[in-house]
Amino acid sequence: MASSFSRILTTRQKIGLLSALGGSATAGFLLHREHVGAGAPVRRSYPASAEYPDLRKHNNCMASHLTPAIYAKLVDKATPNGYTLDLAIQTGVDNPGHPFIKTVGMVAGDEESYEIFADLLDPIIKERHNGYNPNTMKHPTDLDSSKIHSGNFDPRYVLSSRVRTGRSIRGLSLPPACTRAERREVERVVVDALAGLKDDLAGKYYSLTVMTDAEQQQLIDDHFLFDKPVSPLLTCSGMARDWPDARGIWHNNEKTFLVWVNEEDHTRVISMEKGGNMKRVFERFCNGLKEVERLIQERGWEFMWNEKLGYILTCPSNLGTGLRAGVHVKLPLMSRDPRLSKILDNLRLQKRGTGGVDTAAVGGTYDISNLDRLGLSEVQLVQTVIDGVNYLIECEKRLEKGQDIKVYSKRWLLRRRNNSSALRDKHSLSEPERRGG
Amino acid sequence: MPFGNTHNNFKLNYKVEDEFPDLSKHNNHMAKVLTKEMYGKIRDRQTPSGYTLDDVIQTGVDNPGHPFIMTVGCVAGDEESYEVFKDLLDPIISDRHGGYKPTDKHVTDLNFENLKGGDDLDPAYVLSSRVRTGRSIKGFTLPPHNSRGERRGIEKLSVEALTSLDGEFKGKYYPLKSMTDAEQDQLINDHFLFDKPVSPLLTCAGMARDWPDGRGIMHNDNKTFLVWVNEEDHLRVISMQQGGNMREVFKRFCVGLQKIEEIFKKHGHGFMWNEHLGYILTCPSNLGTGLRGGVHVKLPKLSVHAKFDEILSRLRLQKRGTGGVDTASVGGVFDISNADRLGSSEVAQVQLVVDGVKLMVEMEKKLEKGEAIDSMIPAQK
Repeated sequence: MASSFSRILTTRQKIGLLSALGGSATAGFLLHREHVGAGAPVRRSYPASAEYPDLRKHNNCMASHLTPAIYAKLVDKATPNGYTLDLAIQTGVDNPGHPFIKTVGMVAGDEESYEIFADLLDPIIKERHNGYNPNTMKHPTDLDSSKIHSGNFDPRYVLSSRVRTGRSIRGLSLPPACTRAERREVERVVVDALAGLKDDLAGKYYSLTVMTDAEQQQLIDDHFLFDKPVSPLLTCSGMARDWPDARGIWHNNEKTFLVWVNEEDHTRVISMEKGGNMKRVFERFCNGLKEVERLIQERGWEFMWNEKLGYILTCPSNLGTGLRAGVHVKLPLMSRDPRLSKILDNLRLQKRGTGGVDTAAVGGTYDISNLDRLGLSEVQLVQTVIDGVNYLIECEKRLEKGQDIKVYSKRWLLRRRNNSSALRDKHSLSEPERRGG
Repeated sequence: MPFGNTHNNFKLNYKVEDEFPDLSKHNNHMAKVLTKEMYGKIRDRQTPSGYTLDDVIQTGVDNPGHPFIMTVGCVAGDEESYEVFKDLLDPIISDRHGGYKPTDKHVTDLNFENLKGGDDLDPAYVLSSRVRTGRSIKGFTLPPHNSRGERRGIEKLSVEALTSLDGEFKGKYYPLKSMTDAEQDQLINDHFLFDKPVSPLLTCAGMARDWPDGRGIMHNDNKTFLVWVNEEDHLRVISMQQGGNMREVFKRFCVGLQKIEEIFKKHGHGFMWNEHLGYILTCPSNLGTGLRGGVHVKLPKLSVHAKFDEILSRLRLQKRGTGGVDTASVGGVFDISNADRLGSSEVAQVQLVVDGVKLMVEMEKKLEKGEAIDSMIPAQK
């Protein structure tokens, strides 16, 4: 299957056979998805028009873009392992709309989904990622944490700092579509690699299937334990099948670097600390990710990535960097300012409650993080959060003193972000003089 | 999940050990029966519509066990599932249906005249009477597997059939997706409205996909005959009324079913039925008659008697709370119904309910008077 879409489609003969020979460590460098024929899926006794979902009451990105024509064009296609359009959109059909957020409404079952269903996914990606066009644009990846500046927040305001992303293992299907064997292979590959981490990254894996009660309680107390998804957005896409088989949590001994295995993505990688040292959190994040990548490459595996879409993950909303960098920050006065939503929007930030997505803020303490994922690099996004949070803290301080806050226009902020760091230093958002425009 | 039919071929690249589910903590019929060897033997099979072994067992893998009831842990995706996966389903059917053998024949008897009595249950104790069953329409796949097009086809055929009924069965169809608020409230008040399944036993089998597309409720003007379309089965047919006249309820049930079946047959789509398994339904527990005939009955004293469960067992009856399966009883009122589905006829099963409830009401009356009931305890039916 020729594909200009992939960077290197490395090949492997019979994944199952090789892993039988002695686990991921002995796997060769050749990775080849058994080509079973990307042909017609299940029997079709009805024409596409009879199968087209009723989306009249729906409000998600899939419903906005899935026309009957696109449906008819794609409905008989399948990826090499048999993943179909109907499977990809099932979550969006079953979940008409979220009251607070316009959900994406579809998932990818494997890397090839993004190519085979591009007629639907490209417009969704464009809508969700602020106009990003995968056919004409390239996504920058930059995990050089030395470029970050001013990343140490006032701890009187910032309670904790966290950066997360996801990574998928090329050659294995994603959580909505993976077989039990594939899911177990993901676990083997990842746990194998994590066992090679050293020093401040050295840690331990806790499989959900064999966790002791004591271990479980500790993980709950540390706020590390993830549970079987209950959100229908996830369960309707098939991600929770066979729970808790091949799911687990790895964390380093210092409890600052954490990897979830086989939850919504193959892996979710999280770096976090109490307090406001976002720079250090991001440093550990980058080091850890690069180490893990090196370790899986030693064994003949690689992450799903290409230059159009960056890192490939299950949900189209997480393409690109897959990165959400955020803080828990106390902004009681700002929380009452009616301009807050617009300010955050201009800063390309979003607020959530401290329970994460779908929760409400408690006592003026917010989870503030980047809105964007695709089209900007990791460094750019983390810097955006840092600059934005510094500014918000400044606003809060001004309100505390009874002064009014300074509001910057969206256009000015975007120009500033896209300009060199020299210009940024010259015009820190937190400085007394304001730059109009 | 109804994957494309190339998905199963792709899976076969992996070894049996790697694909076999971990059932070590499971307690359902499927987990008791499915060994690695059996999995290896039948995992490459598919029904003509593309339903696979993993599709059959997914709900049982995802739901290790129910605290009160031993669940079945598997479903059929189409009529052929019961044949293609008989290696798995025959032992489960045997376990669930009292030792029913692959060579046994099931008798269907919907002749209400064969029921004896049933019109004299004391309404001071028996608050309501109800008989339900399910029917699957031949030529369509079942709710875990069917596509939107098929589901809509089933609805269309069903609506045509149901709205052509007359006499006491004359009624109206309410599609779930275009119901008005007023209609919805009325159906809730009548206890007719079914909602999107929340039980993971059902959702993990894929039965709630595309909700509420293609789903609806038909009921007659008298509100004594009700049909659910595309919930857990193609059709669920319910006859019910206040009070204890089970005979009348059963008569309406039989007559209504036969009328509906005639209309479907005329359109070239009879019901799924064979002489070994009777009526074919989604869940193996509902094979045979698919019939649950029951009453809501006040048994506050009998229900706390030490021998209550034993009495039920001997009478071949089961108890549930008044909210239906998975609920607890309120105020000593129980839902008492037949435990059997396969291997005995509709008439025989309703007869057991009628006779058994009559006996239990008499026991309750005795207990009210402070008398013992030991002499009344029946032999095993």
